[in-house]
Amino acid sequence: MENKYEPQSDESDSESIQPNSRRQFLKWSSAAALTALAFGALGPGKLSAKDAFLGLPFDDSRGDGVDLGKGDFGVLNYAYALEQLEAAFYTQVIATPFSRITSAERAILTDIRDHEIAHREFFKVALGKKAIPGLQVNFTSINFNSRESVLGTAKTFEDLGVSAYNGAGQLLKNPDYLLLAGKIVSVEARHAATIRDLLKPMSSYFSGDDVVDASGLDKARTPAEVLAAAGPFIRTKVTAKNLPKPKS
Amino acid sequence: MENNLPLLESVEPDYISHMTGRRESIEKAKAMTGMLGSAVISFGALAGTAFGKDDKLPGKIVDVLNFALTLEYLEDEFYRTAVGSSRLIPRDTQDVFGQISKHETEHVALLKSVLGSKAVAKPRFDFTAGGAFGDVFSNYQTFLAVSQALEDTGVRAYKGQAGNLQSNAKILTVALQIHSVEARHAAQVRRLRGEKGWITGDSRGTLPAATDPVYFGEGNTSQGGANLAGLAGLSNDAITEAFDEPLSKNQVLAIASLFIAK
Repeated sequence: MENKYEPQSDESDSESIQPNSRRQFLKWSSAAALTALAFGALGPGKLSAKDAFLGLPFDDSRGDGVDLGKGDFGVLNYAYALEQLEAAFYTQVIATPFSRITSAERAILTDIRDHEIAHREFFKVALGKKAIPGLQVNFTSINFNSRESVLGTAKTFEDLGVSAYNGAGQLLKNPDYLLLAGKIVSVEARHAATIRDLLKPMSSYFSGDDVVDASGLDKARTPAEVLAAAGPFIRTKVTAKNLPKPKS
Repeated sequence: MENNLPLLESVEPDYISHMTGRRESIEKAKAMTGMLGSAVISFGALAGTAFGKDDKLPGKIVDVLNFALTLEYLEDEFYRTAVGSSRLIPRDTQDVFGQISKHETEHVALLKSVLGSKAVAKPRFDFTAGGAFGDVFSNYQTFLAVSQALEDTGVRAYKGQAGNLQSNAKILTVALQIHSVEARHAAQVRRLRGEKGWITGDSRGTLPAATDPVYFGEGNTSQGGANLAGLAGLSNDAITEAFDEPLSKNQVLAIASLFIAK
């Protein structure tokens, strides 16, 4: 039934979770409702970017993981997962800037942080009760005190994000959602070029031959490829088994 | 944000009726593409390979690809002329513009290979825009300004056409892969001009007023049917920077026509 686009009821959502995790799912479900309530009560305008850091972390102590879902909502949750990762990363980058960061670098990274938070919060609100929970990240491999480590990771995330959206466009059925993805992916590409230029200024690296092929095409990756690459940075297990399958 | 309505759910009913109609056309399209043989399928191989038969592409897709080809012709000739102009591009940015020029040439070749005999001919260009940018190939700042306008327009042009390519997953993906390369170019050129790599509001920044149509509508803060102003305490600048906006084909052609010789 991969062509079924009707919104899933809470009941069908829960069916995608293994029976032995049902209690945990319900636990998450009510916690998420509380979070939604809190957002409503506070009013979005009163939430600072810092408050919005990660939303409610998903309790994955039982290792059951988060399923992105199916159809267009699954694809949008896939994007939401990546935006959560990026927003969490840049929030940390600005909270603990690397040594000898320049004011220009700080301004760029602050802008990017805010864009990623905008993307994350947009998906969270737009998906409503269809949204996956806040994911727990794993940044233990990143040295936030090191410019090289931070900008290298930023490059990885931005290039990965671009390739993810490029690969996911064909998975979306609703043209409005495709346009939304298009509005975001070009901003990710602007980020990628900017980060790359910080790493190798005034060179061809902003759209280097390592990421743009001999036909002048940026990379397009499948969700499986993207999640494999992002996996080491996401502590919560994320499964994409119900996403639409790309045409190879 | 005026409320916390789940936006996507709120648009769902329309969408379902839309899809019901659309699914039929997809089935018809599938039946038709079954007759295409290897042409469409071989497109999967892509990189550098000729597309093969061009006379089976649906007219709607041919139109979009020719529209894209016209823009790529424009960019390709613009950068090749600039790179070939002595004392225009300073040594320290020659690698940047060499790379951009290379990509535009590759985009022209790729689109021509897909379109085959359906490809439109290259128009005759006037990069001075009837004299408005008279020193475009002798004044680096003028060149940069036109370059930024062309790149930001290109990004918006591809974005606006994605929905018209949905019937062909491979061609849609290729268009998206070009789209993000144009966005990389745009960010780099903007930063060479001292602008941010992203577009704030609908501001043309330090570009001349003639470029206003390039940024028309970029100040939009409504996405997915809701006004995002104030989202998560973010500034409107941040929210408009976070979402690039499309232009329609006619809006793009109005901009491009400034550079097509009369």
